[in-house]
Amino acid sequence: MSTELPEPASKIELKPGVGGGGEIPSFDITLRVRRFLPEATADAYWEDFKLTMYGTDRVLDALHKVKWEHDGSLSFRRSCAHGVCGSDAMRINGRNRLACKTLLKDLDTSKPITVEAIKGLPLEKDLIVDMEPFFQSYREIMPFLISKGHEPTKERYQSAEDHAKFDDTTKCILCAACTSSCPVFWTDGQYFGPAAIVNAHRFIFDSRDDAGDMRLEILNDKEGVWRCRTTFNCSEACPRGIQVTKAIAEVKQAILARTV
Amino acid sequence: MSVSIPAPRSQRIDPKYKRGPKSHGSFEKLAWLFMRLSGVVLIVLIFGHLFTNLMVGEGISGISFGFVAGKWAALVWRVWDLVLLWLAMLHGANGVRTIINDYAEKHATRAWLKGILYVATIFIIVLGSLVIFTFDPCVTGSELAQCL
Ligand code: HEM
Ligand code: SF4
Ligand code: FES
Repeated sequence: MSTELPEPASKIELKPGVGGGGEIPSFDITLRVRRFLPEATADAYWEDFKLTMYGTDRVLDALHKVKWEHDGSLSFRRSCAHGVCGSDAMRINGRNRLACKTLLKDLDTSKPITVEAIKGLPLEKDLIVDMEPFFQSYREIMPFLISKGHEPTKERYQSAEDHAKFDDTTKCILCAACTSSCPVFWTDGQYFGPAAIVNAHRFIFDSRDDAGDMRLEILNDKEGVWRCRTTFNCSEACPRGIQVTKAIAEVKQAILARTV
Repeated sequence: MSVSIPAPRSQRIDPKYKRGPKSHGSFEKLAWLFMRLSGVVLIVLIFGHLFTNLMVGEGISGISFGFVAGKWAALVWRVWDLVLLWLAMLHGANGVRTIINDYAEKHATRAWLKGILYVATIFIIVLGSLVIFTFDPCVTGSELAQCL
């Protein structure tokens, strides 16, 4: 009684054994996590977890495995798990990375993989830091469009060339990987930091914005752009590939060009 | 045993991170510019200095009291060395000032280190300038030709 269904046009014949989950290589890793449980101990300490992971897994998957299957007290932030929200910046093998964008297979799995909270911000628990000082600097540079004159009836027109001037800095997801990789920020947390400058750059060089001078004045502070020592840690850390040090240099030049 | 931990953001922002009032003027900007401009001039001054002292004529073995006296008989070398002294000292001192700002964590440490730095810098600039301006080749016992 069954009616013969026509074969789908896209059907591909697979050899037996191909197409299952089996061929994803698995390997054993040691995840060395910097734990800090303020209710239990005064000091932070390292804890090792031995895990079997797969070639498609990221550091975030390893953290999930620990939290869901080994130790539910492990605390870390994550939301999107796909490099969009900026919640899970951490120090992985000594470099600031997003846990959700770092594949385990790209790291040296023969040695323990170290995972720590980002540096320079107050540690609250395990991999969670207080981001408030970071966002305070972000707020201070006024990260919103300020435009004088009449509001246009349609869109605010901008040429492709004008947009290209700040396209790079629009990509920021406020993960704090840059600011917390900066040795000048580590010392006393007074420096505005790369992320605030990147987001100021995004409006300073926007032809539709009229408050560039105000932002330049804010960053002309003794804790502003002049504290940058061009160590390039920020550019190296940025998960969005933003040329952070270049953006800072452009802001320095804009301050010089307007007010020498 | 229960430990009470303050609510994480009860004080909103850790006081350590509160920035002081906005700085007035553009001292840091001028200092930044000065480092680059003096650096460019220093390349010429330093390598000119090294070349004339170490390469020309008898080279390094020719350096003596008489060599310096001979050089400073010409006004151009006095001016050269004076500018070199001032630029290198101010450039170096400002560089060390930046390093202190970058590495000292406590306000008091920072103030002390910078105080010592400024005193040392002024001392060396004044002493060096004094030598260049008041240099007399004919000190007692000098065997230079023009002093005999
Ligand atoms: C050859 C000529 C020189 C050039 C082109 C040069 C250039 C520079 C520049 C551009 C900076 C700023 C770096 C920054 O802001 O990150 C700097 C810093 C510095 N310079 Fe020079 N300089 C020269 C000679 C000297 C001399 C003779 C001294 C010592 C008296 C000196 C001591 C310093 C120090 C201590 C710093 C701070 C280092 C730092 O900020 O990391 N420099 N130099
Ligand atoms: S500039 Fe890059 S590293 Fe810095 S906060 Fe933005 S996305 Fe993160
Ligand atoms: S969890 Fe959203 S960026 Fe990694």
